[in-house]
Amino acid sequence: MENKAIQSQGKQGLILEEPFLFEQSLPDSIGVVLPESEVDEIDIESALPSALIRKDIPQFPMLSEQQVVRHFTRLSTWNYSVDGGFYPLGSCTMKYNPKLNEVVANMSGFADIHPYLPDEKVQGILSILWDLEQYLQEISGLDAVSLQPAAGSHGELLGILLMRNYHKQNGDSHRNTILVTASAHGTNPSSAAMGGYKVKSLPILSNGLTNLQALQESMTEEIAGLMITNPSTCGLFEADIVAICKIVHEKGGLVYFDGANMNALLGKARPGDMGADILHFNTHKTFATPHGGGGPGAGPIAVVAKLKPYLPTPHIVKTNESFKLEYNVDQSIGKVRSFYGNIGVLLRAYTYIRTLGASGLEEVAENAVLNARYLAHKLQDTFHMPFTTPCMHEVLLTDEKQTEQGITTMDIAKALLDEGFHPPTVYFPLVVKAAMLIEPTETESKQTIDLFIAALHKIIKQDHNVLASLPTKTKVKRVDEVSASRTPCYTWYC
Amino acid sequence: MNVRDNLLYTKTHEWLLFQEDGQATLGITDYAQSELGDIIFVDVPDVGDTIESEESLGSIESVKAVSDMELPFSVTITEFNDALQDAPQSVNSSPYDDGWIMKIKVSEDVKNDLLTPDQYKELIGS
Amino acid sequence: MRYIPNTPPTRQAMLQDIGLSKLDDLFNIIPQDIRYTSSLQIPEGKSEYRLLQELEAKAAQNYSQNHFLGAGAYKRYIPTAIAPLVSRAEFLTSYTPYQPELCQGSLMAMFEFQSLLSSLTGMDVANASMYEGASAMAEAVLMAKRIYPQGKIVLYSQGLHPEYIQTMETYTLFQDIEFIPISLDKTGKTDLAALKQAVTKETLCSITPMINFNGVIEDYHLHADLLEGTKAVSIAVLTDMSSLGIIEAPGKFGFDIFVGEGQSLGLPLSYGGPYLGIFACKQAYIRRMPGRIVGKAKDVDGNDAFCLILATREQHIRREKATSNICSNQTLCAIWVTVYLSLLGKLGLQKLARLNMANATYLKKQCKTIQGISLRYGDSSFYNEFVIECKNKLAQAILNVMLQDNIIGGVALSRFDSNDTNAILVSVTEVNSKEEMDKFVLSLQKAVA
Repeated sequence: MENKAIQSQGKQGLILEEPFLFEQSLPDSIGVVLPESEVDEIDIESALPSALIRKDIPQFPMLSEQQVVRHFTRLSTWNYSVDGGFYPLGSCTMKYNPKLNEVVANMSGFADIHPYLPDEKVQGILSILWDLEQYLQEISGLDAVSLQPAAGSHGELLGILLMRNYHKQNGDSHRNTILVTASAHGTNPSSAAMGGYKVKSLPILSNGLTNLQALQESMTEEIAGLMITNPSTCGLFEADIVAICKIVHEKGGLVYFDGANMNALLGKARPGDMGADILHFNTHKTFATPHGGGGPGAGPIAVVAKLKPYLPTPHIVKTNESFKLEYNVDQSIGKVRSFYGNIGVLLRAYTYIRTLGASGLEEVAENAVLNARYLAHKLQDTFHMPFTTPCMHEVLLTDEKQTEQGITTMDIAKALLDEGFHPPTVYFPLVVKAAMLIEPTETESKQTIDLFIAALHKIIKQDHNVLASLPTKTKVKRVDEVSASRTPCYTWYC
Repeated sequence: MNVRDNLLYTKTHEWLLFQEDGQATLGITDYAQSELGDIIFVDVPDVGDTIESEESLGSIESVKAVSDMELPFSVTITEFNDALQDAPQSVNSSPYDDGWIMKIKVSEDVKNDLLTPDQYKELIGS
Repeated sequence: MRYIPNTPPTRQAMLQDIGLSKLDDLFNIIPQDIRYTSSLQIPEGKSEYRLLQELEAKAAQNYSQNHFLGAGAYKRYIPTAIAPLVSRAEFLTSYTPYQPELCQGSLMAMFEFQSLLSSLTGMDVANASMYEGASAMAEAVLMAKRIYPQGKIVLYSQGLHPEYIQTMETYTLFQDIEFIPISLDKTGKTDLAALKQAVTKETLCSITPMINFNGVIEDYHLHADLLEGTKAVSIAVLTDMSSLGIIEAPGKFGFDIFVGEGQSLGLPLSYGGPYLGIFACKQAYIRRMPGRIVGKAKDVDGNDAFCLILATREQHIRREKATSNICSNQTLCAIWVTVYLSLLGKLGLQKLARLNMANATYLKKQCKTIQGISLRYGDSSFYNEFVIECKNKLAQAILNVMLQDNIIGGVALSRFDSNDTNAILVSVTEVNSKEEMDKFVLSLQKAVA
């Protein structure tokens, strides 16, 4: 029997217009009552130098609570969300974000605690963070963890700085270049550059995997290390990963493992066992923390033992049954942010791990790969698949079979909007032309995936000219990003 | 794709028009502009700067791509096409005329480092 | 597992479709020698009920009452209307707005965030957020290097938050950048004569706080002018942005870049994160800026719309030449702050700032009357933080005694400088009642005696 709830997709809703906040402003409106105070009011003229007294906040709106609530509620209805529907963005892993995790992160005992409280007043959160470090070590097969990076790319930067510091301590400062696989996320080369490195791109083979011979030839004395994503952004497992790490290590380099796709490996294989030296997690991709329309994330990193002393301060230390923050770490590279990390996000990841447990985590990997493999199987005759190796958690297609009809990846992406689906990641990775990277994740049902497949089949039967005018059912039609960037307008009074 | 016979070209899709005094006008080719798509910004160094061979002479930006300009020899920049600040789309609509990007001075004879129109046509397969 | 909708029979049918017999076969493409065949040493999953019980107990072990801690993270009254709005799944569970047609809500909220921040700081353009204050300041140094590549030396005030300085040093460990600290003068403000003297052609930027780590309001209207005649970039830093309800906007005084900690605009303390890096600059430098920027646009029918603009600065397009590697930012925190600022509005912000200053002024006056306690830089203007000193007792010992009265009296500065053993940074915000402050005074008296 078909599930009717799932079929009711792609219809236009009641889309309300909404003016800017400042256009709704009314003089003397206020949406809060601040806490009462029994102390004397301040005499500003005597308290501040006259040059520094602020007389006005120009154009700042004034609104009631009701206006504010309606404004943001209306805005929210213009968004697509993973709670609302299928979001098959390859390499971004838009999976269901459990509600329990929100409840935990918002508990007053976690949300209302100051970072400089004495350690004895925060034993609860410290014990959780310590446990989370142990879990991430176990999942990665590595020896030490820092929870501090605020996002995956922040973790990359920290990892690169650790690598550079390691070589410096070994008198290896001449190593000035990082190898990055051609299919890598843009954050890899840019993190390497922020760490002061030159970047050399490593080509891939026609089967989508890393070119070992090119790696061997590139591994000169100048190379500090390799940044590799496994499974790669083509959705493929690098089967030669052990040999790859060995080549890098033999020449004195370190292996940085981009953990963006760790959701495909949970409990099935561990980067540490493959030879990785540094790895970052993206908690939203692997541990279901919400994307929030672009953040906040958390990007914990795991490292081999020899890099542990360099991790940023403070380290969380357990003695008997109590926990403390240790600042005296001689060899630490310092800090990459204030305080200790995006704790609210880490709490969600922790709650997710505790809910699933060891076997639940394995189920994540199994069902993520099963859904992707099923999708690939159903699309392989209709769409061009650049690589024939069975995929892991995401499927890479191109528009090559559709170009004769004049249908492009962009057409397909925009047409999906009118079918009630978020498009997949398009035009990435850059190693194939006009890519569509589809990641169903483990939290989608077979019925949803079947509907998505049907929508794709329907779209490619349509006329190119019709597709070019889509979408028509969204809040706005195709947005003119060219003129928006040519004459940038970035505030409401520009 | 339009490839003009009176110009010389680079492998990285710039064109050059030489005058007799060693000055040259530089732009990007019709092929390059069509690959980049709608151009939104032309970013250039300062007039008077000397740019070494294969260093960036500035960049051409579309919404979702950036291309650096570079030459296989060192040059000094003498003038920019200021009209591009307000109308970068000229690089799309008129890559060889209104969409010229900068004037440069070259100290030595570099014509052998460049491609002839026929060689460039072969490069882009047109 | 309750988050996976496919039942075991469905999974089996799908496996059959693709020609496999069991789930584990999906991983046959991983060489056997690196397959992990044992079970992860992680506790088995728990029911929602039992896990909530356990975590509520853990939460109860943490101190979540009012206190006198600040130093870069401030306890604010958070209006209850914010959480239900920002927790709406449409904001919470949507992705980065790369497909503008599907996320006009987040995009317009971000556009309003940029607009409110621009108005609040007086700067031309604010981006759609950085991670938090310290890394935003480090990014400002890297941006200065893009604006003035010949610059080498960073002149920074020793009145900056120590963790901000440490973060900046780590970020630039392997860049061609040197640092000269500028000390504070007798009044507790950055020594402007020393700063002016240190400026040379090689100066990359100056970084000065508007309100410094001792709580002293700086003469920041003079800071940017000290760089006149050079190409050096002036950077202003502010950790408690609620002060902008009462002190003049940095944009008025010529700063090139402003960075701030947006937690101070109503975000929960959350033991240090997620917070919000505020990053704003002059219009001329917009293409050198890190991070996402939302712009106004039109759709093909000419209707108003929003999209990300100037994305060619960013890592996913420019890769190693990008202005920063930042990808995920703090969007949801920025939307939170947008709602907070909308609720307060101009009047609320002005009242909030006065309230902070009035409360802190009261407590500071009371502290001054306690024998054995002196005020550091007591005559200088301040906002909601000040430093007390006790000649005869270690700051940590005093705080430990106050702790017995269940009062968290402030941050011992020995935490950041082991030689500074007798000073406590006290922070007072709108949440601290007169009763709490009076108890603080009694407890401090006892601890000093």
